[in-house]
Amino acid sequence: MDFNVDHFALFGLPKKFRTDPDLLDKRYREMQVLAHPDRYAGAGDAEKRVSMQWATRVNEAYQTLKNPLRRAAYLMLLAGKKLDVESNTAMPTEFLIEQMEWREAVAEARRACANTELEQFYHRVKQQMKCRYERLASLLDDKADTALAEDEVLRLMFLDKLVSEIDDALVALEA
Amino acid sequence: MALFQIAEPGESAAPHQHKLAVGIDLGTTNSLVATVKSGLASVIPDALGRPLLPSAVRYRDGEPPVVGYDALAGQSSDPANVVVSVKRFMGRSIDEVPYRESMPYRFEAGPGALSLKTVAGVKTPVEVSADILRELRMRAEAALGGELVGAVITAPAYFDDAQRQATKDAARFAGLSVLRLLNEPTAAALAYGLDNAAEGVYAVYDLGGGTFDISILRLSRGVFEVLSTGGDSFLGGDDFDQRIFCWVIEAAKLKPLSSVDARHLLTCAREAKEFLTNHGAAPIVARLGSGEVVDLELTTETFTEITRTLVEKTLRPVRRALRDAGLSVADVKGVVMVGGATRMPQIQRAVGEFFEKAPLNNLDPEKVVALGAAIQANLLAGNRASGDDWLLLDVIPLSLGLETMGGLVERIIPRNSTIPVARAQEFTTFRDGQTALALHVVQGERELVGDCRSLGRFELRNIPPMVAGAARIRVTFQVDADGLLSVSARETTSGVEASIAVKPSYGLSDDAIARMLKDSLDHAKDDTARRAVKEFQVEAQRLVEAIRSALVADGDLLSPDARERIESGIAHLQAAMLGEDRHAIARCIDELESETSAFAALRMDRTIRDAFSGKKIDAIERELVSSEKGGET
Ligand SMILES: Nc1ncnc2c1ncn2[C@@H]1O[C@H](COP(=O)(O)OP(=O)(O)OP(=O)(O)O)[C@@H](O)[C@H]1O
Ligand SMILES: [Mg+2]
Repeated sequence: MDFNVDHFALFGLPKKFRTDPDLLDKRYREMQVLAHPDRYAGAGDAEKRVSMQWATRVNEAYQTLKNPLRRAAYLMLLAGKKLDVESNTAMPTEFLIEQMEWREAVAEARRACANTELEQFYHRVKQQMKCRYERLASLLDDKADTALAEDEVLRLMFLDKLVSEIDDALVALEA
Repeated sequence: MALFQIAEPGESAAPHQHKLAVGIDLGTTNSLVATVKSGLASVIPDALGRPLLPSAVRYRDGEPPVVGYDALAGQSSDPANVVVSVKRFMGRSIDEVPYRESMPYRFEAGPGALSLKTVAGVKTPVEVSADILRELRMRAEAALGGELVGAVITAPAYFDDAQRQATKDAARFAGLSVLRLLNEPTAAALAYGLDNAAEGVYAVYDLGGGTFDISILRLSRGVFEVLSTGGDSFLGGDDFDQRIFCWVIEAAKLKPLSSVDARHLLTCAREAKEFLTNHGAAPIVARLGSGEVVDLELTTETFTEITRTLVEKTLRPVRRALRDAGLSVADVKGVVMVGGATRMPQIQRAVGEFFEKAPLNNLDPEKVVALGAAIQANLLAGNRASGDDWLLLDVIPLSLGLETMGGLVERIIPRNSTIPVARAQEFTTFRDGQTALALHVVQGERELVGDCRSLGRFELRNIPPMVAGAARIRVTFQVDADGLLSVSARETTSGVEASIAVKPSYGLSDDAIARMLKDSLDHAKDDTARRAVKEFQVEAQRLVEAIRSALVADGDLLSPDARERIESGIAHLQAAMLGEDRHAIARCIDELESETSAFAALRMDRTIRDAFSGKKIDAIERELVSSEKGGET
């Protein structure tokens, strides 16, 4: 067992986008039961530090594998493709325009303090993301089409950003 | 499990003896201490059998402070020297405290943290809290008949880093060894979940005297996983009192009040609020210093009306916590009600309507947090019984980030990340030849630095001059299992390093720290002088044996050089053990422990790796259970 093995190997899972969420959860819990600092509260500082580092490592791996977008980006990274939503300009114009319009709509709703509208929008975007994840799964696992998958992941990154913008707006309105 | 099985100081030599540990709920209004005895958690009452300790401290001239009911008794005559609800001041600067005008205290602004002027001198909120904790520690030690190995202290889940740090400092000043800071709703979920063998998604709605927390947890086969948390660290029963207080002033057309009158009216307001829980109307009768008499009746309708916005205010974090957990109301199996203020009928109704199910009130809302803390303390102290294989996985409540150009915040660790968690981010220089980088650590959800809480500033210096953009500065945030942040920065091309454990920049002044340390030293007994030579010899012998067996098992992890140094440390200690000089033995123990700490880390690393690869899971499980098995079965 190596601290530097990839997240899939750490959890003993196949390097696939489709994961068994129950198995992931189960492995996560088993590992935290073994590594978590609560297990070593009576140990010396050096042991506690090591336990914290391992528990941190397990949390990081779990969060990456659990979140579909992070998992997809991580698979791309393992395949040698570093994806970054900020620096990517290769998206089709109509997609970018649509994104801009949606962001404008969020900003507008925020100015108008339209909480309910924002909540509805939030769920609509989430729904759309869900469909795209299904497409992504088949691109990555069945067709092994990394080029199309990359495009899909980037679109999802935009949508994810949009979701957090809606969330920020809701938080700001609730403050 | 200490891998070398090194005894804690003050611990008895018998290896499997039950260790004394407590859970403490340091509340805004009431504090409690609880412990696990013969497998059962219970609150430790005072000599008169009262379980709660009012979180009130009265300072006196030339005499030690009084804590609890006796302090409250002095409130009406001496409000400036009776500090209540001090939790609201923890980790706060003066302008962050709401309604401070109506408080009877003499505040001192200080460089950041506020403090209070009393007849016994200037007191920081940390010191006042330490006085409450010390009282509880003494209560527990008297009841349990021995010194405590440690304590789990609870804090609101929504407390930020500064408030947590202040809580931990207070415990240390009270002479407590902090096993863990535990979030209040998580403690409640633990007590509730174990008691009811609950499985599924639960919400904990905790409205106490001064703080509001909502946590969403998934309980599954002994794992208590916090999915999200939210709240308001300035919202509680106190605010309902305040609403009644304002209503009285308006209804009775009162002129500005003296601090004695204000305190008196606030007490009447609280009594009325609690009375209304079981009655349709409450009388409010008070005689003011001027002789003027207030005689009013507050009906449930009016009370509900004037507090509607407060009730609504608790539901916003609830909605957000659900959203963060990616769940809807239908996914929540039950809502556990915690905190005395959840007794108010309008709260019960609002929560029931929101979650579309009757709230769970089957545990005492004032005690459940302390009981949960005691259960965890018992486990962390090493009193693990064979059935105790549950685990808590908690989160940080607020995002952590750094200030970037233009006063914006770059989030490094998002809220609701499971702890412990670490994240690194790379930054670079923006000017040619730039040799320093200032970092400003903030916490909060807002996009602008000014709207977030500033946790600390530090600087990475001595960066070798390079062209703009060439330096690679890696900033790492690490949050430990107590939810406390430390930050380090490193220029990766040159290896220049800087690090801080984040201490709030508005934190205690050096003066305050010096004074508190002196006070706490006055309280502490000199451990070395008190303990007998024999005890040190026993401890030394156990250390030597533990290291010897560790060397046999895992000696291959050491370089010949490192092994040589450990062997010579053992030789020194053995020589010292023959003498009667306890200071010499203590010194050799310290030296040997620090010499072996890297070895201990390597062994721990191997233990966890082996466990993960499944080779030894069973063996380790057995070892854990047997080495941590306490006096109870
Ligand atoms: N019967 C009652 N009806 C309404 N409110 C009540 C009742 N009993 C207690 N309270 C209120 O509950 C609050 C105290 O609750 P609790 O002891 O749980 O708080 P705490 O733990 O001290 O505070 P916190 O958790 O916010 O730090 C006070 O505001 C008190 O007035
Ligand atoms: Mg409480």
